[in-house]
Amino acid sequence: MEEPFVKTDIRKEENIVYKRTNLLVDRPLSYCPGCGHGVVHRMLMETLEEMGLQDKTIGVSPVGCSVLAYDFMNIDMLGAAHGRAPALATAIKRMWPNRFVFTYQGDGDLAAIGTAETIHACNRGENFVIIFINNGIYGMTGGQMAPTTLPNMRSSTSPYGRDVSIMGHPLKMTELVAQLPGTYYVTRQAVHTPSHVRKTKKALRKAFENQKNNTGISFVEVVSNCNSGWKMTPVQSNKWMEENMFPFYPLGDIKVDGKLVEQKEAVTKE
Amino acid sequence: MGELRLMKGNEAVAEAAIRAGCDGYFGYPITPQSEIMEYLMSEKPYETTGMVVLQAESEVASINMLYGGAGTGKRVMTSSSSPGISLMQEGISYMAGAELPALLVNVVRGGPGLGTIQPSQADYFQSVKGGGHGDYKIIVLAPASVQEMADFAKLGFELAFKYRTPVMIQSDGAIGQMMEKVELFDPIPRRTEEELIAQCPWAATGKPKNRDHIIITSLDLDPAGQERVNLKLQAKYRQIEEKEVLFEEISCEDAEYVFVAFGLSARICQKSIDMARAQGIKVGLFRPITLYPFPTKQIAALAKKVKGMLVVEMNAGQMIEDVKLSAGCSVKIEHYGRFGGIIPAPDEVVRALEKQIIGG
Repeated sequence: MEEPFVKTDIRKEENIVYKRTNLLVDRPLSYCPGCGHGVVHRMLMETLEEMGLQDKTIGVSPVGCSVLAYDFMNIDMLGAAHGRAPALATAIKRMWPNRFVFTYQGDGDLAAIGTAETIHACNRGENFVIIFINNGIYGMTGGQMAPTTLPNMRSSTSPYGRDVSIMGHPLKMTELVAQLPGTYYVTRQAVHTPSHVRKTKKALRKAFENQKNNTGISFVEVVSNCNSGWKMTPVQSNKWMEENMFPFYPLGDIKVDGKLVEQKEAVTKE
Repeated sequence: MGELRLMKGNEAVAEAAIRAGCDGYFGYPITPQSEIMEYLMSEKPYETTGMVVLQAESEVASINMLYGGAGTGKRVMTSSSSPGISLMQEGISYMAGAELPALLVNVVRGGPGLGTIQPSQADYFQSVKGGGHGDYKIIVLAPASVQEMADFAKLGFELAFKYRTPVMIQSDGAIGQMMEKVELFDPIPRRTEEELIAQCPWAATGKPKNRDHIIITSLDLDPAGQERVNLKLQAKYRQIEEKEVLFEEISCEDAEYVFVAFGLSARICQKSIDMARAQGIKVGLFRPITLYPFPTKQIAALAKKVKGMLVVEMNAGQMIEDVKLSAGCSVKIEHYGRFGGIIPAPDEVVRALEKQIIGG
C-alpha cells in the first residue's frame, strides 16, 4: 500500500497550532490554486468567529468567481444578481439592524454593472461592510477586460492591451467612494504575503467593529492576483501584481474614522 | 364595520400595506403611482409600526432591495409603473427562482417605451406570461376599484407567503388615481423576530448553532439540480392554479352574450351592461380577478352557455389569447380594445358588441 501523502499520525491535539475555522465549511474551494479568494474567505470567517458573530451575520455573495462563496462560508447568506449586492445588503441591514451584514464582490460586479448600487449605498451611509476583491479582470467568464484592468494590460477582450483612448480608463472605485460622506473606513489591502494577510485581517476586524457603532460603510478592497486570467504561474502573478497593480492601486488606508488620510507616495515594498 | 375613508387607489394600497404588517417598502418615483411612496413617507410608519420606507436610486435597486428583505423573511413591497416594472423583471425572475415572497404593485400606463402616463392594460402579457427570463409565474391580482387596491394588499401578502412567490397587483393609472370610498381592515401587527423565525424557517436570519446555514439563491449549476428546481416550481404553480382562482360574474344567469374584462375595463363593461339591457340585449360580465392563475375552467363552462364573448381590454388583444385557449372553438370570441391611454366609453363597447358579435 502507498504511503498517504499527509502523515496523519502527527494529528494530535497538543500538536495543533493552526486549524480551519468552524465558520468555513469543510469542502474544497472552487478557486484556482494560487488565487487570493480563499485567503480572504478565511480571514473574513476567522474575524467573524473571533468576534462571535456567526449567529448574527447575514452575508451577500456576488456574481463572479465568488458566486459560490455561500457554499464555503458557514453563515446565512444570499446570492445576489450581478452587481446588486449593496441593494440587498441595504434592505437586510435596515430591517435587521441588530445583525451584521456584509457584501463580498469582485471588480466587475462592484465597479461595472453594480456602480450605481455601490455609490448610492456608500452615499447613504448604510451600516454594512463591503469587501471588494480587485484582480483587474473578469475571472469566471474567462479573463475579459474589467473596469479595473490596467492601461495596456491584456485580456481576452483587450487582446492587444487596454488602449485607454478607445476602451476608457481603469476606475479607482475605492478612492471614489472615499470621497462620499457615507463612508467611514476605506482601505486597500493585499493577501499575497503573510504580513499583508495579517494587515487584511486587521482591516476586516476594524470594519466589523465599526458596524457595531453604526458609523456608515466600511469598505475593504483587497488587490488580488488572477494567475489563471493573467496567464501566469501564481508566483509570477504575485510579482506582476506588486510591479504593476500596486503602483496604480496603492495599498493602505484611504479614509479612517470618517477622515481622509493624507495621500502617501506609492507603496513600500516588502 | 372598518374605518371608512375617501382615498385614491394609490393611497389605499399604501395604507393597506401598513395595516397588513408590511416591514419594508422600497421604490422609485414614476407617474402615475408616485402617491404610494409619497403617502408612506408622509404617514411615517417607521415611527408607528416600525415599517422601513426607502427611496432607492432606481427600480433595479428597489427590486433587489426587495430580494434582500424577502430573503430574510420580511414582508416587503415595491410599486412602479410599466417602464419601471420592465426594469425590475430580472429581479422578479431571481425572486421567483429563489422562491421569495413579495408584493409588487404595477400601476400600468400606456406603452411601448416611455409611452404615456395615461391608464392602460398593455402589461398583461408581461405580468401573466413571465416577464423575465426562465420558466416562472407570479400570482397577478387585478383590482377594479379602490376598495380592491386596499384588500389585495392584504391578500397579496397572504398568497406571497403561502406559496413563497412574488405577487403582483396589476392596476392602472385610472384605478390608481381615482378616489372612492374605502372600508379599511383593522391593522395587523408586524411579526416579531421570534414569530418571523418560527414562521419562515427558510429565511436567512443568522445561523444559530442548532441548524445548517441557509443559502438564498436561484443558482444551481448542476442541470439535474436545476431541473429539480423547475419541477418544484411547476408543482407549486399547478397547486396555485387549482386553489387560488378568483373571478366575478355579473348578470350572467340569463346572458346570451358576455363581456370578458378585468380591472378598469370591467368597471366600464358594468355600465355597458345596463345600456345594452335597456335595448333588450341580454349581456353579462365575466371578470377574472386573478389574471394568473387564470379562470380557465369557469370560462370554458360559460362558453358552452352563451352565443358570443367580447373581450374588452385597454390593449391590442392580450387576455383574449387566454380566453380563446380556455373556451376553445365552441363560441364566437372577438376583441375590442383601445390603446395608448385611451379609455373606452361604455356606449362604444355596446356598439362593438352589436357589430362584432351579434351582427357579425
